[in-house]
Formats: sequence, structure tokens, C-alpha cells
Amino acid sequence: MASAFELRRRNQLIIAAAVVAVMIALPLGIKDVYIQNILVLTVMYAALSQSWNILSGYCGQISLGHALYFGIGAYASTLLFVKFGIIPWFGMAAGGIFAAAIALIVGWPCFRLGGHYFTIATIVLAEIGLILFLNWSYAGEASGLQIPVSGDSWTTFTFLRSKLPYYYFALGLAAVVWLVTYFIEDSKWGYYWRAVRENTLAAQSLGVQVFRSKMAAAAVSAFFTAIGGSFYAQFVSYIDPDSVMVFQFSLLMALPAVIGGIGTLWGPAVGAAILIPLTELTRSYMGGGGKGFDLIFYGAVIMIIALARPEGLLSLVTRTRPAPP
Amino acid sequence: MSALLETEALTVRFGGILANADISIGVNEGEILGLIGPNGAGKSTLFNLVAGTYRPTSGRIRFDGHDITRLPPAARCKLGIARTFQVVKSFETMSVLENVVVGALVRHVSTRAAREEAYRVLDVTGLTRRADANARDLTPPEKRRLEVARALATQPKLLLLDEVLTGLTPAEAQKGVELVRKIRDIGVTVVMVEHVMEVVMPLVDRAIVLDLGRVLVEGAPQAVVRDPKVIQAYLGDRFHA
Repeated sequence: MASAFELRRRNQLIIAAAVVAVMIALPLGIKDVYIQNILVLTVMYAALSQSWNILSGYCGQISLGHALYFGIGAYASTLLFVKFGIIPWFGMAAGGIFAAAIALIVGWPCFRLGGHYFTIATIVLAEIGLILFLNWSYAGEASGLQIPVSGDSWTTFTFLRSKLPYYYFALGLAAVVWLVTYFIEDSKWGYYWRAVRENTLAAQSLGVQVFRSKMAAAAVSAFFTAIGGSFYAQFVSYIDPDSVMVFQFSLLMALPAVIGGIGTLWGPAVGAAILIPLTELTRSYMGGGGKGFDLIFYGAVIMIIALARPEGLLSLVTRTRPAPP
Repeated sequence: MSALLETEALTVRFGGILANADISIGVNEGEILGLIGPNGAGKSTLFNLVAGTYRPTSGRIRFDGHDITRLPPAARCKLGIARTFQVVKSFETMSVLENVVVGALVRHVSTRAAREEAYRVLDVTGLTRRADANARDLTPPEKRRLEVARALATQPKLLLLDEVLTGLTPAEAQKGVELVRKIRDIGVTVVMVEHVMEVVMPLVDRAIVLDLGRVLVEGAPQAVVRDPKVIQAYLGDRFHA
């Protein structure tokens, strides 16, 4: 029997397919490079925030240090490309696997910390990563690394004339992370992660291996975050520690999910669609005056959403299930 | 009758307090055992030792042929020990069904099979029509049922119930009693910690009374309630029979 549950799941897939179709068509009529740029960033942050959402939304382990994995991804593919001539596609995979390994090593001590202490540890570890890269001479120290751009090529994933290839890659990444989340939702891990988030003691008593669940969530989350980092390095073709590993990135990965709906399938995408264009537009139309109006406006919007819809914007459309009579 | 669970000289010290002292009890397969005693008697401590939340200072616990003294709670669940919490710990933002699925996943690999199992358990516990509600929207008695349902979904051999009947109205408590009987009838051994003597006594096959961290009396419920030592422990010296 196709239960209500299975129908709901199928509808999600149909909605996702429709959204992706619209997103594929969206930039075709847009020639403005500035707008194209915003589109790329929006879709990239949807993917990054969805990755963050896996660990922090579903498993409830709030990380404010995902810039570390983002930076590891960016540096891994760039270093392999610049120093060894290994094409970024392999570098991307290597960065993802390396970041997942780092997440497991970091998780080993940190997942023994509860609640806010875990979050503080993630912030500190990302800062340590930043300082290490600022002083690592092989990786260019503070002056960073330049990715050689020799023309449009899918092999080296560099494009000069158009931003569209970057856009479609980012869209593909966002779609893949969405799909991964979708399948996880109805898997053992999906249930276990949410159980760990809701109540650790109860989860343990029901046979959930809490530590192992957190480790798995951290590895998956870090893997996709690093892929996003590699992509970003290719997109901007120049990286230094301040442009890929600062705290701001950790926040920008968390905020879309929080604004849209933390621990939900669509929250990160909805949040990114609102937040990223807003960030970029306020910066270009209100910033630059040196008065910080853009940040005041931006902050105010976040506050209003947080006050009016603490569960995220998605709670506007998700029906609360009616109680039976 | 063979003992499903055995404790051997269990002792726990919290700082200077001897919470459980030299407790050796057995739980027989298929019975409903009541664990009673006045406040501070060590019932909850013993309960948590068996569930794996606390580790004993000394002594051993054997379950179904395994020495489980050092096993963490999740591993005990896998072996067939399930528990409820006195202060309910529902997964609040998940639906009732999803709450129960978490338990069922200990025995099932596929979520589809776990869901089918969960629906069966919801039927037994009378929560079917609330399957899609969020756990946080349940009434307090319904939340108690959910605790039991989740534990049952792990297909336990031994179910530990921590004050599931306390604080219910007489009608609700009566439904609870029927549920516990039903659970025993499907072959699950039950240990229940309770305060409310009048509800528990007709239900249990055997009662163990704890006082000051030690086993005071053990036996059939009718005999236990008349035991002078029990009356003294509950009511004090002046009511010495």
C-alpha cells in the first residue's frame, strides 16, 4: 500500500525536480555578470548550508567551525593543482575525503563535549586552522595561492568568459546534497541522528550508538562542505586564508539553514535564496558609504525572521498536523 | 522457572552515600516483578544499574546468559533490555510513529520493516490514531504510553518500567494496568518500579521491597504488604505491628 508517508516522500521528489528545472532555466536569460555571480553564490550556499544542516540540523551538533572544512577543501584541490598539476576533479574528491577524516579526528574528543561546549570547540578549531594556514609557507602563507587560468576548460574546471559552468556545477552539488539528505531522512542514520538531537539518554536506551552516530554525521557533513570549498576556490581562482577560512564562512553556512528551517529538507535552500541575494544587494546598494547601513539592514532582517518565525521560514508553509477529535 | 536477570551483591556508592548495598535478586522469565519501597530506598538506583545508566561500585549483573555489568545502555538494549523514563523523554519534534521507529530500528535494517513493526506496537499500546501527531502535542498519559511503545518496539525480553502508573487518574491507571498485563502476555518479562501500592499489588506476581539501599522483604504481594518490616519502613516505628 502506498501510505501517506510514501506519498509525502514522492511529492518531495517531484517538488525538487520542478525546482531544479526552474533553476536550470533561470540564468539562460540573464547576461548581467553581477546577477550571475549572485546566482552562483546563492546556489553554492544552499549546498553548503545543506551540508552543515546534516550535522547541525539533523544530528543537532551545532558547528560554528565549518569554515575549517571549507578551507581544507579549497586548499586541497588548489595545492594539488598548483604544485602537482593534478586536475581539480581529483583534488575535490581528495579534499572531501581529507576533510571527512579531519572531522573524525576532531570529533573523537569533541563529541564527548555536550551542548554549547561542542560549539565553542568548533569555533576554536577553525581559528587554529586559520592560523596554521596563515603561517604555512608551502601553502603561500597569508598571500595565498593563485590558480592558473589558461582559458575555458572542463578538465581544469576554469572558465573566463562565462559564469554559467560554475553555476551549473554548484546547482548539481546542491541537488546531490539535497538528494543525500533526502535519502538519509528515511534511513537508520536519519532516525538515529534526530533521536540523538532530541534526547541523548532516550536514544541510548533504544539502542542508538550516540557517539558513532555523531561521527557519521560529521564525516558526511565535512565531506560535502569541502567539495563546496574546492568549488569556491575554482570559482574565484585565487585563495588565501582570509578568503576561505574566516569565521564569516562558518556563519554563512549556518544562517541559511537557521533562517529557512533547521533540520528540514528545504530550510537551507529557502534560507539561501533569501539571505544570499540580500547580503549581496545590500552590500552593493547600501555598503561602501562607510556607515555600515547594509549590515544594519541585514541584521534587522535576520532579527525579524528570528523573532517572528523562530523555527524558520518553512514553518509558514508546513501544515501543523491536526489533532484527531 | 529460570532467572532471566540476576544481580549478585550489587553495591553502589555515591560519595558517602550507600545507594545500593549488597543487592542480590533474580527476575524470572515471564513474571511481573514489582520493585517498591519508600522514597530514597534505592529503587531508581537499582533500576538504572540494570538499564546501564549507572555502573556499580562492586557486584555483577547477569542477563540471559551474559555478564552485562560493564555494557553501555545501547548494547543492553540490543541484548533485550528496554526501559522507560520516569520523567518522559520523548523525541519532541518527531512524530509518534517516528519515535517508535527509532526503537524498532534496533531489530530491523530497513526503515520500511521498522515502520511496519512500529505500527504493530502502536496498535498494542493504543496510539494508532496519534501516529502522525508530533510527540510534543501528546497529553501526559499519552506520552507515558509512547515511552512504553518505544521500548516495546525494541522487542525486549525484559521491560523496565519506571513509575509509568504514577500520577495518572484511576481510569488511566487502570488502562495502564491492562497494558502491562497485555505486554506480559506477549512474552515480555516486566520489572516495574512504583510508589502506588494499591495499583501495583494486584498486578505483580512478586514484589521486592527495598529500604535504605537494601532488600527488606521479597515475596508474594499479599504477604509483602502485611509484613511488619514493610509497614515499619513505610510508616515508621509508631505503627509497628
